[in-house]
Amino acid sequence: MEHLLDITGLTVSYYTDIGRAIALNQVDLRLKQGEKLGLVGESGSGKSTMGLAMMRMIKPPGKVEGGSVVIGGVDMLQLSDKEMLKRRLSTISYIPQGAMNSLNPVLKIKRQMIDAYRAHYPDHKLDQIMDLAHEAMRSVELPEHVLEMHPHELSGGMKQRVCIAIGILLRPQIIIADEPTSALDVVTQRQVIETLNRVQQKIGSALILIGHDMGLMAQSMDKVAVMYAGEIVEINDVQTVFTSPKHPYTQALISSLPRLQNRGEFRGIPGMAPSLYRLPSGCRFHPRCNQQQPQCQTTSPRKSVFEDEKYVTCHLYEAT
Amino acid sequence: MFVIKRLLFVLLVVWSASTITFFIPRISDINPIRERFAELARLGGFSAGELEKIVESYSKAFGLDKPLMQQYFDYIGGVMTLDFGVSLNKFPKTVLMLIAESLPWTIGLILVTTILSFVIGNLVGALAAWPLSPKWVRGVSTSFILFQGVPPVLLAILLIFFVAFKLNILPIAGAYSIGTVPDFTFEFLLDVARHQILPGIALIFGSLGTWVLSMRGMGITIQGEDYVIFAEHKGLSSYTIFKDYYLRNALLPQVTALALALGNVITSAIVVETIFGLPGLGFVLITAIRSNDFLVIYGIVLFITIAVAVLMALVELLYPLLDPRVRQGQE
Ligand SMILES: Nc1ncnc2c1ncn2[C@@H]1O[C@H](COP(=O)(O)OP(=O)(O)O)[C@@H](O)[C@H]1O
Ligand code: SF4
Ligand SMILES: [Mg+2]
Repeated sequence: MEHLLDITGLTVSYYTDIGRAIALNQVDLRLKQGEKLGLVGESGSGKSTMGLAMMRMIKPPGKVEGGSVVIGGVDMLQLSDKEMLKRRLSTISYIPQGAMNSLNPVLKIKRQMIDAYRAHYPDHKLDQIMDLAHEAMRSVELPEHVLEMHPHELSGGMKQRVCIAIGILLRPQIIIADEPTSALDVVTQRQVIETLNRVQQKIGSALILIGHDMGLMAQSMDKVAVMYAGEIVEINDVQTVFTSPKHPYTQALISSLPRLQNRGEFRGIPGMAPSLYRLPSGCRFHPRCNQQQPQCQTTSPRKSVFEDEKYVTCHLYEAT
Repeated sequence: MFVIKRLLFVLLVVWSASTITFFIPRISDINPIRERFAELARLGGFSAGELEKIVESYSKAFGLDKPLMQQYFDYIGGVMTLDFGVSLNKFPKTVLMLIAESLPWTIGLILVTTILSFVIGNLVGALAAWPLSPKWVRGVSTSFILFQGVPPVLLAILLIFFVAFKLNILPIAGAYSIGTVPDFTFEFLLDVARHQILPGIALIFGSLGTWVLSMRGMGITIQGEDYVIFAEHKGLSSYTIFKDYYLRNALLPQVTALALALGNVITSAIVVETIFGLPGLGFVLITAIRSNDFLVIYGIVLFITIAVAVLMALVELLYPLLDPRVRQGQE
């Protein structure tokens, strides 16, 4: 039981009028306690689906079709609905994309924190809960009077911090932050990421940061997982990803970054992301790949695993 | 600031409505007092000479001989103090007295039916849209939308025909059984309640469908809101999410809609009341129209206008208590 998080073969599809979109295809991911992973990929590659599947919050037309999400030895996908309800926020918490609108406009921040707390510990006394609420506010560097305010009185950065404060309230073992900076200005982005890092360190949980910004990832993550069309094509430690990326897609991503220190958001690479409803045969990346092998169009590449749960999915690295 | 603005608006409504009700009867050539007594004269009572005298003395009593502007200011002044003049038909009763006698019936009916219809309709609509409702709950509650096409008047007539006339389980009309003496005894109150059931059902179900339909639409929008989804991520029970994150937000536009619907509510109530022969405002109004009692007609119309304006202002003044965003906008 070395790993805190052990995801194996996780598969999620969305069924719509056009057909079945396999948004996650046989995804594996392992994390140790306190490890920080950046999850990157073009939009639509399945990053949010991954986070939601871990929370067991995939809703119709989506469906989890296979795999397991084991946290501390317990498979989240096998729990009863009621047990899963208890795990949310306390074992694993998800700070959603769109924090701008994630707070209930008619309730005070205080009340929204108390609600979250009471859902898990109905018997705790109010002043006990308020102490923890104050502590959470301090951790995200918000003044305590924010607790008495309503969401519309807060700036975007403050709302994001409130969401983080709620996310860490019960000291979960895993925090997933889904593009926490996408709607913020550059200065606020940095501050929010710093806050996130600090609280992660304080409570010692593992962190999965979903995002576009490779610069932010380089700065504070331990590992980076690159997603392409519903698959993780490469997981590596952050230096390797930047200095010697393995997968042709990762290589293209890194070389498309602005030169200066290889920082900033990636701008995309030549070609179009494939539709999940009509995936290319063989390797999903082959129509855009500049190192195509003969077997790439027909055969899906297998995982080539390196030490420490790092891997790449590409024919170039398959031992023959 | 907001309060003052609302009050000024109410005053403006009262003023324009009373100006209209003042001028309309005076634009036409017909002298309602002469009409009224000419009718009596035709039935044989007094001669033509007497008629002129009576008309003249009545006109004087009503102040109709004064200059128009003077009459206008007297009228507006009267309206501001709820003095709408006297009834021609039931002289010396004033219009206000007639309103005061009949109003409790109408208010009782409107208050109970509007609250019930709003509460039931919105709850049913919210359940119809809530994805965690059991399938049968969603099916049943969605079917309530069918009531949307049925006007209260039609419902009233159907109820009278089937429930009161064919099945004969509830009284057809009236406020209480003929022969009973109005009194605050238990039997009498029970009798009154029995008479209110059918008109109540007609009014509740006549407006229910609209609430169900609009709340269902609102609910579908709100359940996809980020704050409802984040509430699920927090592990809240579906009861808490339903009540505090979903329903409370979905209700906000419904309260505004209620303020706008008040005019309709009162109109339907008056018509239904008349159909069931209840002694409310509607009944007084119909009687007045039949006997050309113009001061009563305009008095009641004016009174209803004022009541709607005041109620709308009240709802809008209460709205900020529900929505903190509006509260801040006013400060
Ligand atoms: N509610 C949905 N209905 C249908 N398809 C969906 C839905 N949500 C996501 N998808 C599909 O899943 C894919 C991955 O979505 P998502 O996980 O949100 O990507 P990301 O977060 O990387 O931008 C999308 O390309 C889309 O085709
Ligand atoms: S498997 Fe082939 S097509 Fe796919 S990334 Fe590797 S080399 Fe390119
Ligand atoms: Mg996303």
